[in-house]
Amino acid sequence: MNIDQLINLVYILAALLFIIGVKKLSSPQTARQGNGLSSLGMLLAVVATLWHQDIIGYEWIIVGLLAGAVIGTISARVVKMTAMPEMVALFNGSGGIASLLVGWSVYHVGSSLIPSTTIPIILSVLIGGVTFTGSLIAWAKLSEVIDGKPHIFKGQHILNVLILLILLAAGIFLVIKPVGMFWGTDLSMYWIFILLVLVSGILGVLMVIPIGGADMPVVISLLNSFSGLAAAAAGFVISNNVLIVSGALVGASGIILTQIMSKAMNRSLGNILFSGFGSVVSSEGSSEQGDVKPITVEDAYLILEAARSVVIIPGYGMAVAQAQHVVRELAELMEKNGTEVNFAIHPVAGRMPGHMNVLLAEANVDYDKLREMDDINPTMPTVDVAIVIGANDVVNPAAREDQSSPIYGMPIINADYARTVFVLKRSMRPGFAGIENPLFFKENTRMLFGDAKHSIQGLVAEFKS
Amino acid sequence: MEFIYLIFILMLAIVAGFELISKVPATLHTPLMSGSNAISGITLVGALISAGSANETVTIILGTLAVTFATINVVGGYLVTDRMLAMFKKKKEGEDKS
Repeated sequence: MNIDQLINLVYILAALLFIIGVKKLSSPQTARQGNGLSSLGMLLAVVATLWHQDIIGYEWIIVGLLAGAVIGTISARVVKMTAMPEMVALFNGSGGIASLLVGWSVYHVGSSLIPSTTIPIILSVLIGGVTFTGSLIAWAKLSEVIDGKPHIFKGQHILNVLILLILLAAGIFLVIKPVGMFWGTDLSMYWIFILLVLVSGILGVLMVIPIGGADMPVVISLLNSFSGLAAAAAGFVISNNVLIVSGALVGASGIILTQIMSKAMNRSLGNILFSGFGSVVSSEGSSEQGDVKPITVEDAYLILEAARSVVIIPGYGMAVAQAQHVVRELAELMEKNGTEVNFAIHPVAGRMPGHMNVLLAEANVDYDKLREMDDINPTMPTVDVAIVIGANDVVNPAAREDQSSPIYGMPIINADYARTVFVLKRSMRPGFAGIENPLFFKENTRMLFGDAKHSIQGLVAEFKS
Repeated sequence: MEFIYLIFILMLAIVAGFELISKVPATLHTPLMSGSNAISGITLVGALISAGSANETVTIILGTLAVTFATINVVGGYLVTDRMLAMFKKKKEGEDKS
């Protein structure tokens, strides 16, 4: 057996470990072990590759590996759990640009650029570029370096079409004639390739910039899928099966998450990507608003103290207020008091799929208490108190009742079916999507105004005294 | 022929991916994302070959940058996923889940 076959056998083993690793993610008990197996697969693939016959020098490999390992380790260690969506976006972006650079470097070497190589090169540059700049914009929006509102300008659609046409033309030219001069001109084909790189980057920016912050779970999932597809494309560039298998796994995972997120918002992917949500919301429907009924911490405590079952519905506001730890403390105190406490998690609560679950897990909430929407909704009418913490659109009854509402048809957690609803909110400002929420004006709703963390600390103090 | 064979592998992997990932519960969707994201850093394999076989300035720069970015993706992705998954544990020991 020669060394090349041996390397390929190790690659198959690595791919197998990735698959087993993902399989073990199907339960929280085995998930950590699965991640370990997956990283072992990666280590094997990397070590095997170092024996590849094309590798003649190691100094630059070492430089790159060290630099990447240091940056990766530090960022993974210091990132706060609330900032996880930003971190995932950045990691995603680095995967994207790595695929782009691999494609570029193979193009630069320029040997045997037959269509079965150039097409994957073009795809890895295109998808990698879109993933990179798209992720950077997503990061900027999530960390509020640029504001999260959808940015829409006149002629955006025309510009997008123009860019797609440029990409298509550049791609076709490069497939027909990968190197040399551009058909009898002074222009080298290399410039066409550089144009492809640049325009791919611009496309990524234009794709994410019109998307509002509340739609970020979808965008992150989609970019995740792209980073996988970019890796798969790079796999075709260098004819490597482990890249293709892993890329396809990641691509599939991203697409499934994207579907789940879109479904949870009752919108098609196309609608999310192209409509610039939130910009078209009219201010109609304000006539039916009644009065809001504020409640003090003391009165809220009295009701909670008497409640037999409580459901806590967290949203992005809980992450912003860093309230997850006091929320857990409150839940424990209520349980000691004999109350049944559950957490209802909407699929798109937060800024990425599963965002709330991670925050509550960090705060030591047992994962069995984190209930999914479809699971908790049938029990809502028997719940004494629903506590809405920093969530808005995911509990908005307009999605169920008001056909003119932009979120009509979106599945929601039926917080308003509970006997009493507490809404913890800073002010009456509408939520991220800018939609009025009739829940605040319902007969059984009490508004607990103020910073969510302070309000809950107040409740905790009441329970303790 | 090799191209066809690679397409064949791609198709099988996509089917396997859909089967496996649709079984991941919602509560683990964030670790799924960051973990699968780390897997997509497998581009590192391509990057290593590029950097290791490079013999002129442009390919050295492209290859080394590719290795750096892919390593950030791999190392950071796996570590952060492990950090998250370590937090998902059952709190009351000795109590069987019903």
